[in-house]
Amino acid sequence: MNDMAIRVERLGKMYRIGGVRESYKTLRDSLVGVVTNSIPRLRGRQHTSCKLEIIWALKDVSFDIKRGEIVGIIGPNGAGKSSLLKILSHITEPTEGRAVIRGRVGSLLEVGTGFHPELTGRENTYLNGAILGMKKAEIDRKFDEIVAFAEVEKFIDTPIKHYSSGMYMRLAFAVAAHLELEILLVDEVLAVGDNVFQEKCLNKMGNVARSGRTVLFVSHNMAAINALCNRVILLEGGSVIKDGAASEVVPTYLNRSSTMASRRVWAEKERPGNSVVRLVSVSLRNAAGAPAEEINISENAAIEIEYEVIKEGARVMFSLVLLDANGNCVFGSLDNTEENAYYGKPLQPGRYLSVCHLYGNLLNNGRYYVSIIGASDYWTENFRADYAISFETIDDGKLKRDYWGNFGGVVRPKLCWTTTPLRGGPSANPSLGGKVNS
Amino acid sequence: MNLKSNSFLKNETEVPETVIEPTRGWVSLRIWELWKYRELLYFITWRDVKVRYKQAVLGVAWAIIQPLMTMVIFSLIFGKLAKLPSEGLPYPVFSYSGLLPWQLFAGTLQRGGTSLVGNANLITKVYFPRLIIPLSATAAGLVDFGISFVVLFGLMLYYGMVPSWAVLWLPLFVLFTLLTALAVGLWVSALNVQYRDVQHMIPFVVQAWMFISPVAYSAELIPEGPWRILYGVNPLTGVIQGFRWALLGGHPPDELMAVSVIMVGVLLLSGLFYFKRMEKTFADVV
Repeated sequence: MNDMAIRVERLGKMYRIGGVRESYKTLRDSLVGVVTNSIPRLRGRQHTSCKLEIIWALKDVSFDIKRGEIVGIIGPNGAGKSSLLKILSHITEPTEGRAVIRGRVGSLLEVGTGFHPELTGRENTYLNGAILGMKKAEIDRKFDEIVAFAEVEKFIDTPIKHYSSGMYMRLAFAVAAHLELEILLVDEVLAVGDNVFQEKCLNKMGNVARSGRTVLFVSHNMAAINALCNRVILLEGGSVIKDGAASEVVPTYLNRSSTMASRRVWAEKERPGNSVVRLVSVSLRNAAGAPAEEINISENAAIEIEYEVIKEGARVMFSLVLLDANGNCVFGSLDNTEENAYYGKPLQPGRYLSVCHLYGNLLNNGRYYVSIIGASDYWTENFRADYAISFETIDDGKLKRDYWGNFGGVVRPKLCWTTTPLRGGPSANPSLGGKVNS
Repeated sequence: MNLKSNSFLKNETEVPETVIEPTRGWVSLRIWELWKYRELLYFITWRDVKVRYKQAVLGVAWAIIQPLMTMVIFSLIFGKLAKLPSEGLPYPVFSYSGLLPWQLFAGTLQRGGTSLVGNANLITKVYFPRLIIPLSATAAGLVDFGISFVVLFGLMLYYGMVPSWAVLWLPLFVLFTLLTALAVGLWVSALNVQYRDVQHMIPFVVQAWMFISPVAYSAELIPEGPWRILYGVNPLTGVIQGFRWALLGGHPPDELMAVSVIMVGVLLLSGLFYFKRMEKTFADVV
């Protein structure tokens, strides 16, 4: 096959969990392991103490990708998407099976890899280019182009530790964008940078695609997948569940009960509702107002409920139930607040958006689910969409300050603490006592 | 834009084919692959050298100050006070000539040990032969070595010493030093990925290793017989002895050298194989 770009045959990747991935071993652990594992053997017992927990991040994955195809890889977290890209980019080795790749492989997630803050823009361009696989002659040839693309001409001989984050990103991206690659791997989940930058990455991919190169695109952003990919592979539990046109595979993914996304859009006929109102979509937005799969626990977020009023003069009300990873209710919230001017008012037919604003410093880090309960005419005709969306909360550590461990509990509110020295208590530190009292 | 034109050109030219498969057992070394990536080796070495003395007021002068100060201290304590024999050479030159290969070795061991872990962001994101990393840590030491070498010539001039024809052997002994450092560097860098104990062990090991190497004293002090052979198991004895002899004369390489050469060969080969064997899991473990 001449137009084959990637051929994957029965690929598998196994990880041992518990030891290898989460924390590196110490010599002592290994020594202790050797001793404790050999004791039962010495006693002639069955060797059962050492139970290796293994997981297959990928198992028996096969597919062919033709040159010029743009293939989306979707699936829930832990489905093996990133493992697949890591194997295809040669970073880690498969446990079984094989992959044949025709052409140079690169990925947009490598932007800025190996950048050193002490080196100048010029030096980093060469270093980064070499790391990404460019020859020096090639960088020489494209240098001016890269610098112009990044718009850092003036600062090209300044150490990049003095760059703004925008300049840094632009330069990093410019180098990656000037690679001559036949196959591009993009892991959006890992892509760093702000929305503008991610947007730029997506645009770039569009350009790349039109120029006839092969692209493998891992993403949770179904809109982007639909727009860019002519073929989609759905992975789950390390196996290919479905492989086909985006219009077939994406709905399969969204409708699977076990796959939760932070945005749920119901098809015309499946919208939950009653004779008065029907849900159109539920989605999560982060502090910046952008659709997000994950939110930062210290930042505000919003859950948007889009709905369609069918009957003239309907009075619509919503309740939101937040559940933790185990399905326990964290809280419920009603839309009958003072701020909500439309609550209880008769509405004209058409689309509406109700937004529930979540405070920052409220949730713990982990996975949460959102169920929506809707009703009309003061809770007479209820309907519900259980587990409509799910999202992940990420700990930025701001609330932890100098604490390193984990917090228990389903919520982690930011509460006020004070300390006051008591009369008759330790007054050995007059300077501190004086300051606190004054 | 520009990318389109590039890709059109590229599509018509040769397309490399890569096969990704699990490697089993003792893998082939694939040394040839290093040649393909020689520019990367150059750039990473160059980065390490360039960054090392950034934002230091004295900058590259540190490459001279370190061995020079150590030499002064050695000369005072071991030369003047303890009056250690120095194979008939002036003690400052004697100890400095031992310190040069020693520092090349110790520096590589220190940098090399943490090199893979320090470059974890590269290893988990881009493919390249992982050997590049400890190799560049070794090569980066050569620059310091070159700079402090100039001082050695100054010292020799001061003491009116002229190297004999044996100096022709010098490049060979420098290479030998590098190979020794690389051999140990391969082992510790790969071990450190899995066992971070190694990086805590290195400072202590380096300190102890110096005292079992003929840096401050002459290998002559070791009595003949089995102990002397055992002493040669430390490859640094052969390295330093040979280095000194090539430059300054003194005691020529003897059976110690033979033992050291064999040791380095064994360490280097086993180190290469161990490294290659562990290489495939670096990205998962580091």
